[in-house]
Amino acid sequence: MTTLATLPIVIPLLAGALALALGRSVAGRRTISLIASGASAAAAAMLLVVVDNEGAVVVAVGGWAPPLGIELVADRFSALLLLASTVALFAVLAYAVSQRATDEEFRGFHAVYQILGAGVALALLTGDLFTMFVAFEIMLTASYVLLTHRADGTETRSAISYVVIGLVASALFLISIGLIYGVTGTVNLADLADRLDAVAPGLRSGLGWLLFMVFGIKAAIFPLFFWLPDSYPVAPTPVTALFAGLLTKIGVYAIIRTQTLLFPSDEPSTFMLIIAGLTMIVGVLGAIAQTDIKRILSFHIVSQIGYMIMGLGFGTVAGVAAAIVFIVHQIIVKASLFLVGGLVEESEGTGAIDAVNGVARRSPIIAALFLPAALSLAGFPPFSGFVGKLALVEAGFAVNAWIIVGVSLVASVLTLFSMTKIWAGVFWGTPNKTERRITPRGMALATAALVAFSLVIAVAAEPVVSYAERAANDLLVERVIAAIPDRVMS
Amino acid sequence: MTWTIAITAGILFGAGTYLILQRLLSRIIVGLGLIAHAANLILLGSGGAPGEPPLLDEASAGPYSDPLEQALVLTAIVITFGITAFLLALAYRSWTEQGSDEVEDDREDLRIARRREERP
Repeated sequence: MTTLATLPIVIPLLAGALALALGRSVAGRRTISLIASGASAAAAAMLLVVVDNEGAVVVAVGGWAPPLGIELVADRFSALLLLASTVALFAVLAYAVSQRATDEEFRGFHAVYQILGAGVALALLTGDLFTMFVAFEIMLTASYVLLTHRADGTETRSAISYVVIGLVASALFLISIGLIYGVTGTVNLADLADRLDAVAPGLRSGLGWLLFMVFGIKAAIFPLFFWLPDSYPVAPTPVTALFAGLLTKIGVYAIIRTQTLLFPSDEPSTFMLIIAGLTMIVGVLGAIAQTDIKRILSFHIVSQIGYMIMGLGFGTVAGVAAAIVFIVHQIIVKASLFLVGGLVEESEGTGAIDAVNGVARRSPIIAALFLPAALSLAGFPPFSGFVGKLALVEAGFAVNAWIIVGVSLVASVLTLFSMTKIWAGVFWGTPNKTERRITPRGMALATAALVAFSLVIAVAAEPVVSYAERAANDLLVERVIAAIPDRVMS
Repeated sequence: MTWTIAITAGILFGAGTYLILQRLLSRIIVGLGLIAHAANLILLGSGGAPGEPPLLDEASAGPYSDPLEQALVLTAIVITFGITAFLLALAYRSWTEQGSDEVEDDREDLRIARRREERP
């Protein structure tokens, strides 16, 4: 069982090394990469079942018992996000393989892709603040390479701002770790939860907001999001879809993990709710001003992050549970929307909404894939976004946070407006071109699988929501991770 | 000792922040290096003054400084080194592409700025 928790990290790392060793054969690299991603997704699914039935899985890496050694912890929250991430990784990989261009042009693609997957899994599973820093660096370094591998003019420029922001955020992360270690003498999350209670309240909340800011840069919350719409859209579609689905959400995961475990509060946090509201509104207004599918979607990433922070800001089990459902929904839907955007670019040659018309008539399949994903993003029933937003609104009513609920509903309407803008601009109308490129069937199939997965979340709303409630209960009430040292000692 | 570290880190931060706000990529990279050094110094300072050794018997050793944060700093230095090298390669690439070391304005930002000028 302890092996199970290490598999999602070890499999991609080994596969990455193998893919490098098989430098010459494209087919070999593809096979290894696909098998590895599939296997990690399967391991994540098994881990989820185990964790849900038997409680959190703790692995002391190298046999050193915490707090001396590093530990990996899988609780309900991390297991669920791990499953969603590995599924997204697998689907995007299948898309990239059938697109062919990305991994034929760039020989190291599969190796770097797998390393990024390992970084994501490590960030989700680690029970140690410094290991989380290392995991973020693994993930970000891989993302730098994926973003820059073509390295033409625009890409280099966008990548520079992305890397510089990433480095500054990492330096701030290191400083926070240094300060926290200076105050408490440990970097183990479970230990920290215990020892921070003895720290003066002002110092404690200062450390808390410092960490919030660090992860806020990675999660692209207002006002720290400017790097995102600047850098994401220039990368090849599979890369953008992966970044959009995963990277910012890992930032949100880290925010929720650290805030609930280390800096818990019983009341709604007004500051967090204000940040959440501004993130939603500014993000969606930015999206409305754009005229390119990928850029519109990039601003929506920012806007949707606001909803997750809102759920956390309520400070209740229902709020955090809603945020968890919302993150899972976003990982899947955001990635699938970018994949659809990529399908449009692939078949029409551009993603500018002025230049493309009548895709619904020319390629009904692409339209059929876009519609459920877009409606889900806007929060239309019966799609997965509706499940998440309904839970958030209910949680908001429970703590009488009327203003933020109102703001979130306005942001949803604006999201719908911007989705109709894409629909009316790209999909409706008479086709203005005669020639089009045939999109490989595998790409559409991978996108369809991801869209179908989001529909599964919507159909199985009841089990997903009740699982998320158990996960939030673990975070806030049972405080599963904080209870680990006792269990290891006994 | 702690004061020395704190003041040095402060100076490094100030200089680093000034440098990353510059237009030239080479200065930005130097600035990032300074900020990373400042972060490492703070991490190093977080261990506090040397104290009693945890495992060795007391007769054999004098004051012993905390080894953990030194291990952390070592990891951090290696990571920063790698990424700085990557950034330098990127800067070189950018220089060969456009012949200058300056960071260009974002194209979309320029487009929006133009749109504002066109409107009365």
